[in-house]
Amino acid sequence: MSDQAPSTQQQEPGEDRETSGVAATVQSWLPTVRITLLSILLALMVGAVLIIVSDDEVLSKFSYFFTDPMDGLSAAVEVVADTYWALLEGAFGSAGAIQSTLERAAPLTCAGLGVTLAFRVGLFNIGANGQMIMGAIAAAYVGFTWDLPPGIHLIVAVIAGMIAGAIWGGVVGLLKAQTGAHEVIVTIMLNYVALQILRWLLTLEAFQVPGSNDPKSPVVDADAQYPDLLGVHSGVFVALLAAVGVWWLLSRSTVGFEMRAVGANPDAARTAGISISKAYILAMVIAGMLAGLAGTEQVNGHEDPLTDGIAGELGFDAITVALLGRATASGTVLAAILFGAMSSGGREMQAATGTPLDLTLVLQALIVLFVAAPALVRSVFRVQDRAAGGADLAKGWS
Amino acid sequence: MRLEIEGLTKRFGSFTANDQIDLTVEPGEIHALLGENGAGKSTLMNMLYGLLDPDEGTVRLDGEAVQFKDPGEAIEAGIGMVHQHFMLVPVFTVADNVTLGREQTGLPGILSRRKARALVRELSERYGLRVDPAAKIADISVGVEQRVEILKALLNDAELLILDEPTAVLTPQEIEELFVIMRQLRDDGKSIVFITHKLKEVQAIAVRITVIRRGKVIDTVEPTTSEGQLAELMVGRAVSLTVSKAPATPADEPTLEMSGVTVIDDRGLAVVKDVSLDVHGGEILGIAGVQGNGQTELVKALLGLVRPAAGSIRISGREISRRGPAESLRQGIGYIPEDRQHDGFIGSFTVAENLVLDHYHEDDFSSGVVLDLASIANNAENQIVQFDIRTQSAKSTVDSLSGGNQQKVVLARELSRPLKLLIAAQPTRGLDVGSIEFVHKRIIEERDRGTAVLIVSTELDEIAALSDRVAVMYDGRVVDIVDPSTPREDLGLLMAGASPASPQGAADV
Repeated sequence: MSDQAPSTQQQEPGEDRETSGVAATVQSWLPTVRITLLSILLALMVGAVLIIVSDDEVLSKFSYFFTDPMDGLSAAVEVVADTYWALLEGAFGSAGAIQSTLERAAPLTCAGLGVTLAFRVGLFNIGANGQMIMGAIAAAYVGFTWDLPPGIHLIVAVIAGMIAGAIWGGVVGLLKAQTGAHEVIVTIMLNYVALQILRWLLTLEAFQVPGSNDPKSPVVDADAQYPDLLGVHSGVFVALLAAVGVWWLLSRSTVGFEMRAVGANPDAARTAGISISKAYILAMVIAGMLAGLAGTEQVNGHEDPLTDGIAGELGFDAITVALLGRATASGTVLAAILFGAMSSGGREMQAATGTPLDLTLVLQALIVLFVAAPALVRSVFRVQDRAAGGADLAKGWS
Repeated sequence: MRLEIEGLTKRFGSFTANDQIDLTVEPGEIHALLGENGAGKSTLMNMLYGLLDPDEGTVRLDGEAVQFKDPGEAIEAGIGMVHQHFMLVPVFTVADNVTLGREQTGLPGILSRRKARALVRELSERYGLRVDPAAKIADISVGVEQRVEILKALLNDAELLILDEPTAVLTPQEIEELFVIMRQLRDDGKSIVFITHKLKEVQAIAVRITVIRRGKVIDTVEPTTSEGQLAELMVGRAVSLTVSKAPATPADEPTLEMSGVTVIDDRGLAVVKDVSLDVHGGEILGIAGVQGNGQTELVKALLGLVRPAAGSIRISGREISRRGPAESLRQGIGYIPEDRQHDGFIGSFTVAENLVLDHYHEDDFSSGVVLDLASIANNAENQIVQFDIRTQSAKSTVDSLSGGNQQKVVLARELSRPLKLLIAAQPTRGLDVGSIEFVHKRIIEERDRGTAVLIVSTELDEIAALSDRVAVMYDGRVVDIVDPSTPREDLGLLMAGASPASPQGAADV
């Protein structure tokens, strides 16, 4: 093999190597993609059982299963098909559905990218929620109080949100680098702090709708909202740009090289003259910035006011999205779209078939669970993953 | 126990790791399995131990054909294996570890530590394996850990012991002790398969030597076979076992000047004490010493990885201590770390990435923050050819390479930039004969280019072969600087802490 590499290179200097490189990359990702797809399939199968047992009509037909099995079975198949069809339609079936899916995916993408980036430097960023809240607060405040020209107003609001998130994330990186404080503890605690800051701010007049006492802010000015573009608000494209940016940072820049090196082997990175502190701080600043951007998607993307539910569970879903996306930029985008689709399709499904919205949460949880247990998925589908199996063996015993 | 292996074959995809292996080990025999890294020794033993299923062939124990589904069955049948990397629980005591899986109980279900300790003591006395049953694994030396592993196998009534590269992690004294233990076990009727790639060791201990190359048995020979012949069988071509080098022509001015360097470790103990050394361009200074006498910390101080508590370190007159590794590298220090897996490369990174690990930020490979992937790939293609790195492609991860090729990646990276000082710590640890020859040649070439070279090694052979001057470290101090032709016994005495015969060395420091 080693003899061949140089000779191919001589024959076909550029292209040949390039294509074989792409082929090799695809090859190396194939098992991962397959496991992920099979996990989704398996989750849908388990979900089907749940749909059947939660449907009273089907259950009643199963009560005379032994006299007329076909009646129950066909009803079961029908209800499962209806439910998943409704889910799919609600996610992608119309322009409105696609819009809803993508707009739900956008904040998940941004926050998920923040988690992904932290993963790559070896940090477990549980703090996307807090960073998102801080971003949302700053962006909303700029959005509904300042008076700036259209366009500029949006940009300033978004930048304010990113800076607030960056500070909130940067604190974590700084504490980690300077004092060794564990990032998981620090981020969890900062989530509480951020939420309480938000709740306190919402009791202040400056953050409330004039003349009202509700813990609810005014909606941001129209010129501070992401304008519509191709049927969705342009925050969706900002999220995609962020993904491209993270991909570029990780695979094409010296800074990303340092971050990946520190994440993969901090000792070797230090020996090679790379500053671990710098990598930690920088990664957490950018991670916070991305989560802050997710916060702006929430307040500048919809005509929603700032409330204490502004981040909801999104910062935690972002962790799941990053895990499902295998801590890569493109994977995170795909996982976020999947979660966006579930969330958007779930509503349609509930309305159309009466299956509770919770089913989508179960499906999301199951997908991640199966992805985390690849051996289970392999054994269910009898997949022989020679490459992966061999690698495990070599790690354990050689 | 008599072990007969016949026509054993194992394939991984299109790659045949073991091809029709025949091997017979008589009862009470120490049988060496000699081969380079990646020759298929471990695959063979893993099949024997039930970790891998053979594709063809039979294994017979005392004439009876056996096939193990898992190591449990192999242990049941009387096979004991001591892996290269020990499998012990660090926070447990020796006795706990030995009896793990065969816990000694007093009342039903209640652990009896007393019984366990007594059992371990009895076993260790019977075979002369000195251990303290109450000591924690985390507190004992590597050599003692190995004895614990052997005891574990003996407790399971092993009749056939497989020792996988047992000497790789041991000091010369510990190796001698291991050999005494092995002879005792042999006298007790145990059969031993001794896997290694070190020629001197097989000659010292084995009764018969089976040489494996590229998955095939090349020959089974007597220990009287010369080292050169053994090496040739193993590598498949004639190898020179001695290093040929011209006399050194050191520069007048020292490249590296250390004076009064003292390093205090995390526990607050001085591990390097007032060390002053000069290394000139064009010479190789070897630092000899038993592992753990401050060499590791001294090198870390040179690299800027630890801050010396006192003293100064200068490269061509520039102070570099307390400035961090980036500054040390910038001043032209090349570093081959003693634990390459840990400090030398990033296993999950590609060969190309590892080849620029400490100079990716230089103008050749990036502009601003943008990596120049084309020139990084180009550099990789060049280095792979120049250093004969055996890899599927520049995009393979370094984890997928053999130990020798991993070391070549480190070497290629460090030698590919202009150096003033090369620090090589245990540069050939765990490498096979062919790779050792290559590494030594490259280090001497670097010296001849006028670079100052500092070699740290616990292998006296290596120190003697490469060095132009030898500094001996004991207990954190440089006890003497001697000529490499100094008799082995005298060096050994210095390494053990004897004060130098003449005060000349001390005056020199």
